[in-house]
Amino acid sequence: MTLTKLKKTATGTSGEKSVEKPAGKVTTLKEHIIEIISDSGEGAQRCGQSFGAIAARMGNGIWTTEIIPAEIRPPARSVAGASGNRIRIGSNYITNGGDQTDLVVAFNEQVLLGRVRDRELKPGCIIFLESMWRKHPDLNISMAYVETHARLVAAGYKVRETPMEEQCQLLNADPKRGKNMFALGMLCYVYSFDLQMARDQIALTFGKKSQAVIEANVVLLEAGHAWAAANLDFSFCIPATPAAQPQIVINGNTAVALGVMASGMEICAMYPITPATSASHYLSEVFEKVGGMVHQAEDEIAACSFAIGASYASKCTVTITSGPGYSLKQEAIGLAVMAEIPLVVVNVQRGGPSTGQPTKVEQGDLMAAIFGSHGDAPKVVMAPATIEDCFYSIITARRIAETFNMVVVVLTDASLSSSQQPFNRPQFTESWLAPPIDQSPVPEGARPYDWDATTGLARRFIPGQPGGMHTVTGLAHDRDSHVAYDPDINQESLRARSLKLAALQKTLTPPEVIGGNDGDLLIVGWGSTKGAIEEAVETLREGGHKVSSIHLRFLQPMQPGIKEIMRRFKKVLAVEVNWSDSPDEEIIDADNRRYSSMAILLRSRYLVDVDCWTEVRGQPVKPSTICRVVLAKLKK
Amino acid sequence: MKSSATDCLLELYDEQHELEDYQSGVPRWCTGCGDNAILTAVQRLCRDEALRPEKTVFVSGIGCSSRFPHYMKTYGLHTLHGRALPIAEGVKMARPDLTVFVNTGDGDCCSIGAAHWIHAIRYNMNLTVFLHDNQIYGLTKKQASPTSPIGTKSNTTPRGSYLDALNPLSVTLGVANVSFVAQAVDWIPESLFEIVKAAYHHKGFSFVRILQRCPEWLPKSLDPWMHDPDRIQLLHHENALHLSAGLSKVYKNQLEHDPLDMNRAREIASSEHICPVGILYQNKDVPRYEETRHSNVLRTNDLVRKGFEAELDKYTV
Repeated sequence: MTLTKLKKTATGTSGEKSVEKPAGKVTTLKEHIIEIISDSGEGAQRCGQSFGAIAARMGNGIWTTEIIPAEIRPPARSVAGASGNRIRIGSNYITNGGDQTDLVVAFNEQVLLGRVRDRELKPGCIIFLESMWRKHPDLNISMAYVETHARLVAAGYKVRETPMEEQCQLLNADPKRGKNMFALGMLCYVYSFDLQMARDQIALTFGKKSQAVIEANVVLLEAGHAWAAANLDFSFCIPATPAAQPQIVINGNTAVALGVMASGMEICAMYPITPATSASHYLSEVFEKVGGMVHQAEDEIAACSFAIGASYASKCTVTITSGPGYSLKQEAIGLAVMAEIPLVVVNVQRGGPSTGQPTKVEQGDLMAAIFGSHGDAPKVVMAPATIEDCFYSIITARRIAETFNMVVVVLTDASLSSSQQPFNRPQFTESWLAPPIDQSPVPEGARPYDWDATTGLARRFIPGQPGGMHTVTGLAHDRDSHVAYDPDINQESLRARSLKLAALQKTLTPPEVIGGNDGDLLIVGWGSTKGAIEEAVETLREGGHKVSSIHLRFLQPMQPGIKEIMRRFKKVLAVEVNWSDSPDEEIIDADNRRYSSMAILLRSRYLVDVDCWTEVRGQPVKPSTICRVVLAKLKK
Repeated sequence: MKSSATDCLLELYDEQHELEDYQSGVPRWCTGCGDNAILTAVQRLCRDEALRPEKTVFVSGIGCSSRFPHYMKTYGLHTLHGRALPIAEGVKMARPDLTVFVNTGDGDCCSIGAAHWIHAIRYNMNLTVFLHDNQIYGLTKKQASPTSPIGTKSNTTPRGSYLDALNPLSVTLGVANVSFVAQAVDWIPESLFEIVKAAYHHKGFSFVRILQRCPEWLPKSLDPWMHDPDRIQLLHHENALHLSAGLSKVYKNQLEHDPLDMNRAREIASSEHICPVGILYQNKDVPRYEETRHSNVLRTNDLVRKGFEAELDKYTV
């Protein structure tokens, strides 16, 4: 069938209808969580991303979360193989993935089972389930479908069998490739989206492909919309409050990459590792246009070493990795600390130890980031808490690295890396960019490590500067960078490198307290849990509980005022996505309990009895879970 | 990468330098250590080529050899065990205007840093690399290295080392994009200097293995070559090194070898009973990574802004 004919067919059956007002009942909602799941490679991710982007265009708040199977190609129709996207849409700004899902589009019943098993679906959740499996020639498959369908219905889910494949075949399109756009059309109807915005989004999504591809997808979109209009007796409307400023919608890894670009850094050295790599993919695509380059090194060690060499001789560079790669870089990070070479290291944390859960979120590398390498290796550790933060943190990290000649570790995680959220389009300013490197002659008598007595800071000499010749070394060295054999010099140089952290700390501001300034319980969080924690605080306060939270963006050094804030609360609870022993375990007591990373840091630094609650389910923490935990802690 | 700061400062004036302009500190190598000979040859090269000290960087790893930058009055980067090459690559990528040398040892390059060595050959960046090969770990006091001859008695192999030695020349010649491989010995200063000079002038990854005596831990291992001039085979060619009358008189075993002949180079590299000295292989046409990856756009703040805004446009809703 030619494209024109295809389009005609679609228009004939549906095109006109799509502009009519939906006939069924329209329910107005404040927010909803929607999932689109399929086998890997069936396009549910693209459908979900597009759906989120259209919602953002409508002016809705969104948070999208990728649902990623651990394997590249899990077997078709497998329970653990769900691939797709989860979109939380709201009338207002959305800060996290929220709780359980309200509506699912599933391309087969098996991937759906995985989501049920993981308790991701709300009781009574609406399910649009691909119905083709009912008539599948393989009896095992059709029986599995019938049985699962019955179970889901019995469990109270509102299952709508949907002939997506069949409808796509009517258009003679390849359903394997087009079903996702059909589903997108359905969802656009269900959520009363402007179809023209959806068409525009498709044009943008497939912008690199031919016009024919765009048109074919638009036809499927319209068909899905028309089918829903004709067959559904309900639809929703989530009124949008458009933002005052233009918004961009990106995920955390793209934000990191854009931050690298906007920070004026020129070299990114990396080695492929999940879930960090997509940041480097994107940079590889765009960095050269602004005179930058991405170097894929032979290993993580080489990537970090290459970055250090480039930083030493020029502007600060960045290396992007995840846990196991971070471990491999630790020795080189020690050199950068010792030699006071600026460097930004991004660690997109994943589940560990070892290969762990490469696609899942965890905040397990905090201690490694602060105390890692060997000996006393003071470095700055920052943790962006939102997608927007991922962008600005890199710019700040570059500036700190070059101002203090330090290593700055930026800890994001698998949740931030692939979640999308709209935020105000950044307004570029030249002050973000690294200044040109100093190539002026070094004044007579100036020394390469002339540590300031108060701050420990020293001016860095860069190759090319006449008169500044010296050999940087990882060995203990004096102010002339000569290898130090004098014990006093080692004492002096460690002092200087440590004082730089204190000097930076003096420039930081106290964290903002969310909720009331005092009360019964203070939650302390860091990184990607911010939205969920603050939403939980809001809910708890609405319920009359005196609960507040702070979220730490600097983990080394820590912001001032934290102790004073904690003192104003009866209890302090660190909420994190890393391991801690539950005090409820039979053999756990005050003497052997292993606390979470943040709790250990707070307890040791501030001598405050900080409790902790953590989970390592590989999923972003849900606001409702935090509410439940806090309520239990309040009762104790 | 181009930045106005580095481009404008190139070649503004000519300078003349004395040997002292490149000398820094008193080398703390043992008496009779071959590193001293290498240092002398390299300092002479710097003077003869009038290298500007502030535009010259020596990068080293860890080991006796890697103390080298401390004795040069240039910029230096004394780094981590095995990582001199990737660090030097970073320096060169960021600053192609700098002259970058690498000093590494047989443990540093052929053992802990072996992965980087293989890939450095492949990148073929314009680096002059000296493998100070004394066939033993010196700084950590006598452990067998990958180039120790089988049977070498050391503190970790008191009954003799168990494995055949790795041949750094053969390994280097086996890697894609190899562009310059030479061998020198510390006890023939004239040829050492000529080889170092040829390596410096080669634009690409110039790998020079320098057989170097360790009087402290392996004093006799190079004796068979040192004491029998006939076992030294001087390589010469009209497109490579020319032999002086003096050298020809002492070292009669000479071989005319075209450095473009890879097969012959591999044969020479693997000879067991003679020690080839000279350029085994040179190919000036291998692309250099820093040039392949060099951005032709002149990086300005405005360019970054435009590129950044164009990306934001893609994501603006």
